Amino acid sequence: MIVVLSILLPFLAAALIPFIYRRFKSIHLGWFILVVPVVLFSFLATYISRIARGETFIYTFEWIPSFGINITTYLDGLSMIFALLITGVGSLVILYSIFYLSKKESLHHFYCYLLLFMGAMLGVVLSDNLMVLYAFWELTSVSSFLLIAFWHHRKASRAGARKAMTITVSGGVAMLAGFLMLYVASGTFSIREILTNLDVVQGSGYFVPAMCLVLLGAFTKSAQFPFHIWLPDAMEAPTPVSAYLHSATMVKAGIYLVARTTPIFGGHEVWFWAVSGVGLMTLFWGSFNAVRQFDLKALLAYSTISQLGLIMSLFGLGSAALHFGYTAESVIYTQATFAALFHLINHSTFKGALFMMVGIVDHEVGTRDIRRLGGLMALMPFTFTIAVIGSFSMAGLPPFNGFLSKEMFFAATLKITQLDIFSLDSFGLVFPIVAWIASIFTFIYCVIIVMRTFFGKLQPDRLEKPPHEAPIGMLIPPYILIALVIGIFIFPNVLGHYILSPAMASIYPTFPSTEEMTPHIAAWHGYINSELIMTFGVVIVGIFLYKTLKKWRPMYQLIPPNYTLNGIYERVIGSGEHYSGTITNRYMNGNLTYYFIYIYVVFVGILAGYMIYADLFSWNPANDSVIEPYELILVFVMIAAAVAILFAKHRITTVLLNGVLGYSVAFFFVVFRAPDLALTQLVVESVTTALFLLSFKFLPELQPEKVSKAWKFTKATISIAVGATVTLIGLAVMNYDKFEPISAYFEDAYNLAGGKNIVNTILGDFRAFDTMLEVVVLFIAGLGVYTLIKLKAKKGDTDVESK
Amino acid sequence: MKVNDVILKTVVRFVVFIVFTLGVYLFFAGHNAPGGGFIGGLVLGSGIVLLYITYDIETVHKGMPFDFKRVAALGVLLATGTAVASLFFDAPFLTQTDGYFDIPLLGEKHLSTVTIFEAGVALTVVGTLVTIILNISEDE
Repeated sequence: MIVVLSILLPFLAAALIPFIYRRFKSIHLGWFILVVPVVLFSFLATYISRIARGETFIYTFEWIPSFGINITTYLDGLSMIFALLITGVGSLVILYSIFYLSKKESLHHFYCYLLLFMGAMLGVVLSDNLMVLYAFWELTSVSSFLLIAFWHHRKASRAGARKAMTITVSGGVAMLAGFLMLYVASGTFSIREILTNLDVVQGSGYFVPAMCLVLLGAFTKSAQFPFHIWLPDAMEAPTPVSAYLHSATMVKAGIYLVARTTPIFGGHEVWFWAVSGVGLMTLFWGSFNAVRQFDLKALLAYSTISQLGLIMSLFGLGSAALHFGYTAESVIYTQATFAALFHLINHSTFKGALFMMVGIVDHEVGTRDIRRLGGLMALMPFTFTIAVIGSFSMAGLPPFNGFLSKEMFFAATLKITQLDIFSLDSFGLVFPIVAWIASIFTFIYCVIIVMRTFFGKLQPDRLEKPPHEAPIGMLIPPYILIALVIGIFIFPNVLGHYILSPAMASIYPTFPSTEEMTPHIAAWHGYINSELIMTFGVVIVGIFLYKTLKKWRPMYQLIPPNYTLNGIYERVIGSGEHYSGTITNRYMNGNLTYYFIYIYVVFVGILAGYMIYADLFSWNPANDSVIEPYELILVFVMIAAAVAILFAKHRITTVLLNGVLGYSVAFFFVVFRAPDLALTQLVVESVTTALFLLSFKFLPELQPEKVSKAWKFTKATISIAVGATVTLIGLAVMNYDKFEPISAYFEDAYNLAGGKNIVNTILGDFRAFDTMLEVVVLFIAGLGVYTLIKLKAKKGDTDVESK
Repeated sequence: MKVNDVILKTVVRFVVFIVFTLGVYLFFAGHNAPGGGFIGGLVLGSGIVLLYITYDIETVHKGMPFDFKRVAALGVLLATGTAVASLFFDAPFLTQTDGYFDIPLLGEKHLSTVTIFEAGVALTVVGTLVTIILNISEDE
């Protein structure tokens, strides 16, 4: 129960923001928001020891039980890691943002989006139900869209936000399809229940398609090759957002999904190759491209891509263990998964610190371009320390935590070559080679971050502000992170025992004990072994390549910009916009007559066409009641009014004649004993007539139409066809018997809903959900009209782009 | 409208109360007889519109100092709020309940939570209707 509340807390806090913001203007809003993740983190931390003992916490809250969709929270080792990262890094990022964002920004929007995101993210990692997980998953996409576009007056921010949204949401929809296939195969949306009944799922024909679709969701979210192109553009967001979403949490949702579904899909050849292959490719491509970047944040974005690839490929390698089931040997392969989880945490610590470091540089100097930076070491010593520790940890050097997980990564790639499943005997060697090359590039860009920013010559004239050290509040969060970087290096086994080992149990639920799968991590892992030699090689080759960077940098220009993935994306989106614009302009030409023609032709074509096709026209007047004379009179009045409209010369005449039609319909309702409808019709008719008269004086006088006879004839034909279709449908409905009528159900209205008026019990009780949403729609429509009329840009207004 | 139409103003003064009474009656009658939140709201709204047409905006605003956008928002909150409220009683979303209560002076009356829901509907209708009409007519 309390875990459900912890998902709700950020949302509740977000709802309270407007009130807090108004009341306490003098205090930075961030201080209030900071309470939320700190409370959540402390709350989760109390569970650590119980989770480490192997307990799990489940709470089910019924939502749509008839479809098996319940809000089930499931707190186990794996969700624990992610939840701790979300709240822990979240606390630090909010603390940092208090000093980063000035009060002049629209902070209430910012923190509202951030809290939405935090809640959604917690929802993703704590949900057991696939549908609920999906809902939260898309909510993270939406909230990150809002955060990336936070400075929405900048075109690049909007473009970046749109790109991120387009790619992650399309992946999410694919994932939804995958989830539905899993549901069809297993009959449940609950991940735990799917696991209990795994044989059926694995034997189903949906197994591999579902796997591929779920992976698509994971890959797009985690910015894996070739979907990684959104992540660098997402760097348009404020730096705290980049530090939070794009290094520590959201992009890891994909990794979470892979880890969570490994027990279902792992052990299959497709899964192994897809996850480890795509991960490896991403690792290489990200690190290779990071080196060419000049913007520090873009460089970090590519490095994040590559590190995510590393973690992903490790999960892929680890999934091989499930192929055999549990044997003594499996431990060798499960260590890859262990390394993945370990690196996941390490990456969050050092990359979070690095992003904050870049934010500080940007904030205090005014630029992030490494061509303009240099020589900041003496001026910003504290920031320099963060950069050194963060970068060296990322490069995998001791004495930092990145070194440990990097060594485990090398070890895992080396071990996988000995495996003789999945044709690894022939391709296995690819793993250590690519891993090694990618690590060299990683080393190079880490050196670039430190050297180009802090060493070399200071260029004060190319900086926007005189450089000085950051305020202490901005330094505390990254210092906590780098303290962790070192702390984890010194005491890695605390983390291993309390945090990683329970998560291993969630990924390998069929394996008897996690103790065997939890290796003792040691900084000095044996004598000079192959991993260590690989690291030495990385450093030596890396230094050499860094020194000769100028010579081989032109290599990056070899790919023409049109043929890069970004170029292809731009062209697809661009031409899509162009063609849809052309098509839209063709039919939305501003002439109402055409709109009606399109609507009616389609209407007649589909309805009349289908009725002719299915032979539904039937009219059997035998059962009809007798037509009374006054009904005939009413019909005659209506026909006369309708025809008269066609020949009216003045607009006011048409309005009044239209009113005659409306009131006659109301009369019919009275005659046929539908008082509710009659009342509504009368009032609506009066109000619309009043509205018409109000706006009357703004409308131009009716002009006699000067059009050709043929065109008039066409329009008349369409009108008559529409009328005929509607009439025929009305007549045919009387004899339609394909469905059982539902009216019998409502006859019991008084007993079921306590009201004698059936119409109202339907509106207020049986179908109240419709009514509720209609009310909301009405309200939104009203607001829409209001904004359209009231908030027109005045002529003197400056262009928002230039703000 | 600048024309000082004595007849219209005099008639409206009385008619408006009849319209409002009818609106309130329709709202409460809706449970067992024709009426309900939507129609009641429409009638009330059209009564208010009638006032606005007869008198000018400032005069009516003195008598009814509401921001009708907020009225509509309050309506939506009421309608969705009753829907959510049922969750706190461990009942599915949108569950309504009713019962007979003995109220002093009025005798035994049938009360239902649907009324609250319908009130939300009515307020939304009134708020939206008046907002739209006011803005269309105001824009000159």
